Amino acid sequence: MNQKRALFAIKTILWVSALSPGVYLVSSLLRGSLGVNPVEKLTLWTGMTALVLLLCSLAITPIRRISGWNLLIKLRRPLGLFAFFYASAHFVIWFAFYNIFDFGYMWADILERRFITAGMAALFVMLPLALTSTRWAIRKLGKRWSVLHRGAYLAGILGVLHYFWLVKADTRLPSLFAVVLIGLLGFRAALQSQVLQPGKRQRGRH
Amino acid sequence: MIIRRKPDIASSEITPEHTYLNRRHFVKKAAAAGVLGTALGPRALQGKTTLQELHPRFSSMTSEMDEPLNSYEEITTYNNFYEFGTRKSDPAENSGAFRPRPWKVEIGGMVNKPGQYELDDLLSGITMEDRVYRLRCVEAWSMVIPWYGFPLSALINKVEPQPGAKYIEMKTIVRPEEMTHQRFPILDWPYIEGLRMDEAMHPLTILATGLYGADLPNQNGAPLRLVVPWKYGFKGVKSIQSIRFVEEMPINTWQVQNSHEYGFFANVNPNVSHPRWSQARETRLPGFRKDFDTMMFNGYTDQVQHLYAGMDLARWK
Repeated sequence: MNQKRALFAIKTILWVSALSPGVYLVSSLLRGSLGVNPVEKLTLWTGMTALVLLLCSLAITPIRRISGWNLLIKLRRPLGLFAFFYASAHFVIWFAFYNIFDFGYMWADILERRFITAGMAALFVMLPLALTSTRWAIRKLGKRWSVLHRGAYLAGILGVLHYFWLVKADTRLPSLFAVVLIGLLGFRAALQSQVLQPGKRQRGRH
Repeated sequence: MIIRRKPDIASSEITPEHTYLNRRHFVKKAAAAGVLGTALGPRALQGKTTLQELHPRFSSMTSEMDEPLNSYEEITTYNNFYEFGTRKSDPAENSGAFRPRPWKVEIGGMVNKPGQYELDDLLSGITMEDRVYRLRCVEAWSMVIPWYGFPLSALINKVEPQPGAKYIEMKTIVRPEEMTHQRFPILDWPYIEGLRMDEAMHPLTILATGLYGADLPNQNGAPLRLVVPWKYGFKGVKSIQSIRFVEEMPINTWQVQNSHEYGFFANVNPNVSHPRWSQARETRLPGFRKDFDTMMFNGYTDQVQHLYAGMDLARWK
């Protein structure tokens, strides 16, 4: 019973915090309070939210392992889907306002600018993950599902690169993101090598 | 500060004729309204009243090509001034403690009258005027701004550069206690910019002391900043503390920071892309869409292209 209540609580927190940037942006836009360049703010904050949520989804497994709080696994899918949602909004805003719905402009941007190449690649990596996030797909894909969904790490790397390459001078924030990402990747790598060592694996099965 | 107004603005030789005619119209209107910026201090700006509301003469003012002016609020709440932070709203939010008065400007290098000048002394005898210019940021957004100031050439003539001076180098003041982000190594402080002497002497090149006829707010580079309308906005060094006349091409701050992006010239050029975006189009704020075609030399080609005759502008970018 406690378990259920805890799950409800953390899921509520997740939904409220993941939706609030979107609600804030839309309501500010409608009230005209996004300042002189609303498109720049919309672009920045949808992208930032997507990246933060993506890193949060990658942090679930390490936190779960360390804390032993297995319930957290229930947050991974919604976090990933919210990240994809914000990344898609980020893309649509960019295509609509910066490329004024012109595919020629868009292709030129993707081909010529590495930060956009990285950003588009991140979105394309996330797309199949979002599509295969249903219970049916998980069952259907079996072991291949977990291999496919390691793509989340690739999306994280591409997303951080996208941000890093965009910034002109003040790299403090993208650097912070990079450090977090490297930490998460490091944890994953450590976990992986532990699992692959047969001796330790045996011990774990006692 | 001494702000004098010319009875008429004889700028026919530097701005297209229709603009000139436009301007005469405004001057006439201003005279009729009896409202001039001179009496207006920053105190009058408190509250939500915009300068346009206080100055009817600006409300219908447009630059050449009938592009509407940006509002005082837009110009003063959205700009880059990394000394106060890297977000566009930072300069307005963080520059309150900056003291633009009293102010000294150091004139040095190859010049006959070097020294530490009180700003008011330096500006005495120089006539102030309104100049409506497009401002094209390297980040592909733009505004139309009614500056208040004077041609840089007037100051240069006053201090008498020596023949050996080929370039002019200007620096922003360093005051980490007041300029919040100079405490961080975001850029290599002080901010340095420069011009070739013929660019500096060009009649379109001005030092601005005001906006909309009133003193420059801190966030826009008080008390003295450079405006070179055919170059990207970052050339417009703010809160100028030092002006030096030199023989060698100065190494400007952004050239040090991102040498692969722009060099010394940074002329607005729709044909030369920034590594991270096309410069062919811009977002004319407060618009939403990046659908305004960027003009060569920001639309001042007729006046300035002779400065770059024979230069490969893709190389000297």
